[in-house]
Amino acid sequence: MKKISLEVNGVQENQEVEVGTTLLRFLRDTLDLTGTKEGCNEGECGSCVVLLDGRPVNSCLVLAVEADGAKVTTIEGLSPDGVLHPIQKAFLAHTSIQCGFCTPGMVVTAAALLKECPDPSEDEIRKALAGNLCRCTGYRQIVDAIRDAAAAMRTKEAVREKVSA
Amino acid sequence: MSAARVVGQDVPRVDGLEKVTGAAKYTADLKFPRLLHVAVVRSPHPHARVRDVRTGKAARLLGVRAVASGRDFPLHTGIYLKDQTVFATDRVRFVGDPVAAVAAETPEAAAEAALQVEVDYEPLPPIFDVEEGMAEGAPLVHPDLGRYEVVSWIQPKAGTNVCNHLKIRKGDYEKALKGSWRVFENVFKVPQVQHVPLEPHVSVARVDLAGKVEVHTSAQSPFTVRHLLSVCFGLPHGDVRVHVPYVGGGFGGKAGINLEPIAVALAMRCRGRWVRLMVDRHEEFYATVVRQGLTATLVTGVDRSGKVQAQKMHYLWNCGAYGGYGVNIVRAAGYTCGGAYEFPNVWGDSIGVYTNRPVGSAYRGFGMQEIHWALEQQMDEVALELGMDPVEFRLLNCLGAGKATVTGQVLDEQSGRVDLCIRKVAGEIGLEAAREKRPYHGKGIACAVKAPAMPNDAASSVVLKFAEDATLEILISGIDYGQGLMTVAAQFAAEALDIPVETIRVKGCPDTDLSPYDWQTVASRQTWATGNAVLRAASEIRRKLTETSAEVLGVPVAELTLRSGHVVHEATGRSIPLTRLVMGYQFPDGHAIGGPVVAASSYLPEGLLFLDPETSQSAKPVAKWTFGAQAVEISVDPETGQVTVEKVAACYDVGRVVNPGLIRGQTYGGIVQGIGTGTMEELVVDTKTGRALNASLMDYKIPSTEDVPAVMTVDFIETPQKDGPMGARGIGEHTMIPTPAAIANALYDACGIRIHELPITAEKVWRALREREKAREEAAREAGAAIAGAGVGV
Ligand code: FES
Ligand code: FES
Repeated sequence: MKKISLEVNGVQENQEVEVGTTLLRFLRDTLDLTGTKEGCNEGECGSCVVLLDGRPVNSCLVLAVEADGAKVTTIEGLSPDGVLHPIQKAFLAHTSIQCGFCTPGMVVTAAALLKECPDPSEDEIRKALAGNLCRCTGYRQIVDAIRDAAAAMRTKEAVREKVSA
Repeated sequence: MSAARVVGQDVPRVDGLEKVTGAAKYTADLKFPRLLHVAVVRSPHPHARVRDVRTGKAARLLGVRAVASGRDFPLHTGIYLKDQTVFATDRVRFVGDPVAAVAAETPEAAAEAALQVEVDYEPLPPIFDVEEGMAEGAPLVHPDLGRYEVVSWIQPKAGTNVCNHLKIRKGDYEKALKGSWRVFENVFKVPQVQHVPLEPHVSVARVDLAGKVEVHTSAQSPFTVRHLLSVCFGLPHGDVRVHVPYVGGGFGGKAGINLEPIAVALAMRCRGRWVRLMVDRHEEFYATVVRQGLTATLVTGVDRSGKVQAQKMHYLWNCGAYGGYGVNIVRAAGYTCGGAYEFPNVWGDSIGVYTNRPVGSAYRGFGMQEIHWALEQQMDEVALELGMDPVEFRLLNCLGAGKATVTGQVLDEQSGRVDLCIRKVAGEIGLEAAREKRPYHGKGIACAVKAPAMPNDAASSVVLKFAEDATLEILISGIDYGQGLMTVAAQFAAEALDIPVETIRVKGCPDTDLSPYDWQTVASRQTWATGNAVLRAASEIRRKLTETSAEVLGVPVAELTLRSGHVVHEATGRSIPLTRLVMGYQFPDGHAIGGPVVAASSYLPEGLLFLDPETSQSAKPVAKWTFGAQAVEISVDPETGQVTVEKVAACYDVGRVVNPGLIRGQTYGGIVQGIGTGTMEELVVDTKTGRALNASLMDYKIPSTEDVPAVMTVDFIETPQKDGPMGARGIGEHTMIPTPAAIANALYDACGIRIHELPITAEKVWRALREREKAREEAAREAGAAIAGAGVGV
């Protein structure tokens, strides 16, 4: 067992974990943050993607102890107080969800992409999501939603800049 | 959103908010106190006698709470053919067949204990191919076949490996074949593939101290799970309770019953404790269920006008080790063997064969993608060989009003228009015969048809009730694992009652103790069956609301309408809000009438008739047909053989589009899943060891964002289905049926090669191109030699 302390969705967590416990299991079993899904447990599906210090990672491939001192954002952290992230809104508007099992990983991966690259091309979106499998949607409406969310976020950003100028 | 005319609108998914925020709970997300973890002991042999199973050592390990094996649970289960026990008893039939299982305090302890279960096997000769399985004197996978319980409309052959055989005999095939101008014969093959739902199978069970069984499971059919659990453990249905939370994809792989019996068997051994069996991604591939393999031999005889006169279909289905569910795919493929075409003289045999492969079961399309892979290539080849345009050939031969299917069912005006679908997609892709051809670029088309494959009495029921604020609650037991059932149920109710869709809550995660019965969520039947039940219940609700209001307002019931959450008397403008009616209406003097407004209703398709056991002729074997077509444009890399699907056009006659966003999503999803089975997917089983060689997402690739065509166009024809809810018919499965065949036809168009065996991998295309190149060189050399030999001077 090892003590770790990390910030998860803005909340400081101090917990004891087995050294072999993955970040995925820690989030789901210890913190009950079950929005992050387990689809393969070996880095091949992307259902478990969370942000580790802002970077998208497959949490099934990261040990909880490796996240000691880090900031972790999960799907639950994207809509604090019930206010949806623009990507979440776009997923609803574009019917980008079917069974929903891939959705948290998709949304979190997309959030990281749009932070890095506010105006991605269709190709860049596809590349960024290539590690996130979805068996239901055929991806079309997911890609459309992300493009739309990017546009909405850019508009908002422009308005914000104008206001502060 | 305006309440009236909600059907046909892009209503957002009613379960969307839960899913997009991570709030939606799937089975593995549920928390249970002191949960025990399960490891399954699986057969390493494809076929062996089980001499002995010793569990003593495992049971004594630290943390182990229960061990169960075959001898304790002898009863058989299976949805149509009861050919499977919870654990193998006397023999194992595939690598992965469960022999025993252990429940322990930690997953590690369970895994360790599973290794300590000792099993004595006596290996038996395995069979992997259908041809081997059909051979005289082949080893029998199920020597007890004649003794299994089976529904009346499935015909297993005792003493063989045939678990079902459906015959289609229509017209005079032999005579028509003799009279044909030209005859074509081809063999097509389809390998086993896996569903790959993103959420692997998981089941949690507890047997309480009073003996009641409770299960939470990732399943498509809570009531069928309850029924089959009751059968296989000999329990009254009332003592088995099944909950299905949100389900992360099913595609048929979670139909019927799967892991639940193992979890329950262990739970019986440690009463009071919750036991969870969660397979990992590897087990998901080989140890749950897969799609059946197919070898199809087709013979087509045509007359000079290009009309098919004689058609023979011989299907050998590789059912794998158990056929409980797969036997009905064999049947459905048989009565649909004519696809979207009118064949006057038919000789069809659809035969299910047991082998020592993973268990074949339902998979989106229920045999239809497999048979269309064969038939749609055959039709293309016939057309091209006759010098006809494949589009015109299809239009000449396709089904439509007044034409008869292979079972002799005569279609009518409301059966749907495949001709319109063909024209639409041909136009979208630009399939006109005179089109300009580019090297290694091709275009192809394929049709699709499917009916719901289900028992004739498969039914759905619903309950509609109100909360105090007039929120309408809809209880359903169809499972919405993505198709959009919850949303369309809300849409139907909103439109029928003229209430805002936002005031409706669909309770889509059923509990068999409290939810109304539904047979199964399969067969693209939910929008249609549950939709019909919702409309019937809504009219009952309307009756109750207007009757009470008539008494209150002192007007005839017939003069009352429902509008925007009120019962309205148009003539006087007087109205009563639903909030004052749904729990009963109270008059100013205090007396009240009515009472809580609740309605239950059901839907069962009427007038379905069994197939004749010898010829399969039947005037109405199925409830409805949904027709469609897809056309594709592809490019081929001549260096690598890689096929890129650039554009896909899809069109289906769905009767009525209930929700454009949802139906487009179904279609995109089906196309891309079709590209998966079409170009990349195959579960490879080693024919020496019986092991699946690519049972991981690393080795078994499914389409990712990078495999999606740049353009997908989706269109719908709306020929209303008479008995469909507001005219709608099923569509969920159909969207992946024609894709592989359309790609194959485009490949032929691109470079003149035909791949007869799925999937169309780069390697197969590359080899075929090389062979053709070699053949050309050979021919050129021979021609050169002939020229030289003839001593023609230069
Ligand atoms: S669960 Fe982590 S990548 Fe699949
Ligand atoms: S919505 Fe089901 S896996 Fe993506």
